[in-house]
Amino acid sequence: MNYLIGLLAIVFFFLAVSVIAKSVKLNNKLSGTEDEDSTVDNFNNANGIAMLIFWLLFVILGSWSFMNARPDFLPIAASEHGVKTDNMFWSSMAVVTFAFFISNTLLFYFAFKYRFNKNRKATFYPVNHKLELIWTVIPAIVMAVLVFTGWRTWRDITSQAPSNAAVIELTGHQFGWFVRYAGVEDGELGNVNYKLIDDTNSLGIDFTDKNSFDDFTATELHLPKGQPVLLKIRAQDVLHSVYLPFHRVKMDAVPGMPTKFWFVPTISTDEMRAKLGKPDFNFKVNCTEVCGRGHFGMSITVFVDEPEDYKKWVAEQKPFLATNPAYLDKVPTNLKAKASKYIPIEPIATDSTEAVSVN
Amino acid sequence: MSTAISTAEEVHTHDHDHDHEHHELGFIRTYIFSEDHKTIAKQYLISGILWAFLGGSLSILFRLQLGFPEMSMEWLRPLLGGWIDDSGKLDKEFYLAMVTMHGTIMVFFVLTAGLSGTFSNFLIPLQVGARDMASGFINMLSYWFFFLSSVIMFSSLFIETGPASGGWVIYPPLSALPQAMPGSGLGMTLWLTSMTFFIVSSLMGGINYICTIINLRTRGMTFTRMPLTIWSFFFTAVLGLLSFPVLLSAALLLIFDRSFGTSFYLSEIYIQGQALPNVGGSAILYQHLFWFLGHPEVYIVLLPALGMTSEIIATNSRKPIFGYRAMIGSMMGITALAFIVWAHHMFVTGMNPFLGSVFMFLTLIIAVPSAVKAFNYITTLWKGNLVFTPAMLFSIGLVSLFISGGVTGIILGNSALDINLHDTYFVVAHFHLVMGAASFFGLMAGVYHWFPKMFGRMMNKSLGYIHFWFTFVGVYMVFFPMHYIGIAGFPRRYYTFTALGNDSMAAFTDMNMFISIAAIITFSAQAIFAWNFFYSIFKGKIAPANPWNSNTLEWTTPINPEHGNWPGEIPAVYRWPYDYSKPGAPEDFIPQNVPHSATLESNLPEENAEIAREKDIEGLLGAQNESYTH
Repeated sequence: MNYLIGLLAIVFFFLAVSVIAKSVKLNNKLSGTEDEDSTVDNFNNANGIAMLIFWLLFVILGSWSFMNARPDFLPIAASEHGVKTDNMFWSSMAVVTFAFFISNTLLFYFAFKYRFNKNRKATFYPVNHKLELIWTVIPAIVMAVLVFTGWRTWRDITSQAPSNAAVIELTGHQFGWFVRYAGVEDGELGNVNYKLIDDTNSLGIDFTDKNSFDDFTATELHLPKGQPVLLKIRAQDVLHSVYLPFHRVKMDAVPGMPTKFWFVPTISTDEMRAKLGKPDFNFKVNCTEVCGRGHFGMSITVFVDEPEDYKKWVAEQKPFLATNPAYLDKVPTNLKAKASKYIPIEPIATDSTEAVSVN
Repeated sequence: MSTAISTAEEVHTHDHDHDHEHHELGFIRTYIFSEDHKTIAKQYLISGILWAFLGGSLSILFRLQLGFPEMSMEWLRPLLGGWIDDSGKLDKEFYLAMVTMHGTIMVFFVLTAGLSGTFSNFLIPLQVGARDMASGFINMLSYWFFFLSSVIMFSSLFIETGPASGGWVIYPPLSALPQAMPGSGLGMTLWLTSMTFFIVSSLMGGINYICTIINLRTRGMTFTRMPLTIWSFFFTAVLGLLSFPVLLSAALLLIFDRSFGTSFYLSEIYIQGQALPNVGGSAILYQHLFWFLGHPEVYIVLLPALGMTSEIIATNSRKPIFGYRAMIGSMMGITALAFIVWAHHMFVTGMNPFLGSVFMFLTLIIAVPSAVKAFNYITTLWKGNLVFTPAMLFSIGLVSLFISGGVTGIILGNSALDINLHDTYFVVAHFHLVMGAASFFGLMAGVYHWFPKMFGRMMNKSLGYIHFWFTFVGVYMVFFPMHYIGIAGFPRRYYTFTALGNDSMAAFTDMNMFISIAAIITFSAQAIFAWNFFYSIFKGKIAPANPWNSNTLEWTTPINPEHGNWPGEIPAVYRWPYDYSKPGAPEDFIPQNVPHSATLESNLPEENAEIAREKDIEGLLGAQNESYTH
């Protein structure tokens, strides 16, 4: 509502200005002061003054709206690298806001101050090498600092994932995410092959690879707090992009080209709920690469658990092979014995791969 | 570069034999298939304006959805028919189609063709002192290829499956697979066909601009006496010439993938219950090719605007542009760097992180020449005597938007920060300010400034002021708060934000509504311009010969220049274009065609040496005339 009031105020401000302008013009016409041939008309002063007024209002409304919107920005990052990039974001913002403020102020102030005056002549001032040098070198130095800090952070974020990282696969499809965990036994994801995809095996898990036997799928993402997590990212049909807003994680999912992103979640879902005072708060995975009709709705819920809760949750999950024993047929004979370990005595024929899909 | 070499014998590749006599051309050759650069410029301008209104109205449609998600759109059914779904809401695919077409139309059809096409065509011959473009025929073809491309793109809005809908960047596989979304069917075919013709058009234009600038400068018009407008058009044309062919190849490979079963961009795809046979392609390859044009494209739309505003700000500050050579140097730097920063659009595509570091470094370097330009503009205003014509207002607006939008580029060019901001409204706000609005302001400044030369009449100034203030305030009201939505992590191209969860949508309901209302007001204010423009063409006050007391050559032509531009000899050029308020001079401007021997009272010491060279310049007259006669 505040915005509407602000907007109306601005509209009325302009209506007022135009009414005043009209009457000034009429007045001039009546008294015959308007010089038809001059390039400078009676609005020149008004325009010059308006420049300064515009900037003053801009600064006031801009600052106010920023303070107003601030509570709705993303809260403090829930990952280790996110805290660093957040700090860098705000310090870079301070630098650029300073530059923005100084240069716009000069621009509008000069526009106001040097508005046409027929008794004055403009200063012929075509060049000053020293000035040019100063404002080439200063931005260059600032940029060098920003590049250096940015590069160091980027290097750390994109470095090799620690070997103890929990490996989780996220696969984007129209329109949802499949989640697959490397399993408790080997901690390695088995191969997938898009030609093996069928209604149940919606990931195309390749059961000729023994690493796939203990892999389990899920409809939501569980992450251990305080431990490195390596997301292995795939797409089945078109481009998608994994986006965990609160963890400052974003990486495209590309068909035919697996990508990855590792990070350390630092705030559990419960802690975040308490911190925000929202008992139903949940982290999300969203999609940020346009992928079709359901792009905007392509999300699943993320739970960041305390390490022991995470362990417990993982232990409760059943390997895909266990819930879909029919796939034992696909396992080569020499590995059958190893695979059969995962098959329970009483097979349960449910499909656990179906992730949330939104249309 | 000390003497002008403007003689180009090979100019006359076309064989029609006008000797600058007035032989009357019929209506069709004068107004439709015209080879006159001024007419072609006007054709581009009017097409561009029509496209701008269409592109703008599409944005209003999707802003209605974003600002008023609960609103019933039933009232639009007479216009949009089936694109309003049964619940009275905008169809979700049509929403994406509008986003896509808004981007395509604005970037290519308005800000490339409408801006560069209009003013490069109009100003290059007039400001360098040429009778026409190097090849009038190719120039005409350039417009008509653009027209054909426009017709195809326009027709794609009316087909049943809808126009292309995968975003203006049309990333495959989404754009390659008709089964991925309806817009990737016939709509995408039309998009690709249209863009192919568009690229042909802009290449023909670009070749002409470069040839004309290099070969057809009048005697005395050395490179360092060229107005900054011409420099900017030159760099723009070079950028276009080197980068558009890459887009053409990207588009061709996509056409092959779509229609001939190749796998340039496709690999391991399972869609709609079917595993496709394509393996080995790379979706990232397309992005590299696309952005190799896509990034220079930013400067293709921005540089002409910067060039024109340099001219307009100098003229209306009644002061030389500050740092003429630094301005050229920074444009040159921007041009060169524009080719080697493309992958900053791809930091999170899974590209090798090392490349990310390299492109971050190169990207942030671009901030330096851009900062130099901004500071030079500001210093030009300092101690000037500013005349706020509508063109001047829009130029100052451009500088402000260029700064405000530019500074956030420093944030986004930082790969580590881009992780979270990529594809959010922060990016949308950034490029709309620095590229969209700034270039649009350049376009408007150009129209207001050169309208008298184009149509021999003046536009109404007061309406111009009202138009400016509504647009300037409006643009900031739309795009400044948009940064906040981006910082809050809202992704772009979202139909609605419900899936972000946690009531984050509610937080910005008011803000989105505010932005939409501001957008509607800003868009509506453009009607003031449209009325002023079209009314003034026919009914405006007759323009004086040099309404803004400007120095450049176009103002030495008759008020309504005929084909060939100057009825007599083309004037010679003796000085740079920025001798405004020169100490000692009786007037506050000295046009470029005034020799130093005529301005002894105001010559700087080193300029007296130029007097001796005036004879050499005059001596080139014969050779120059030679080049125009057959």
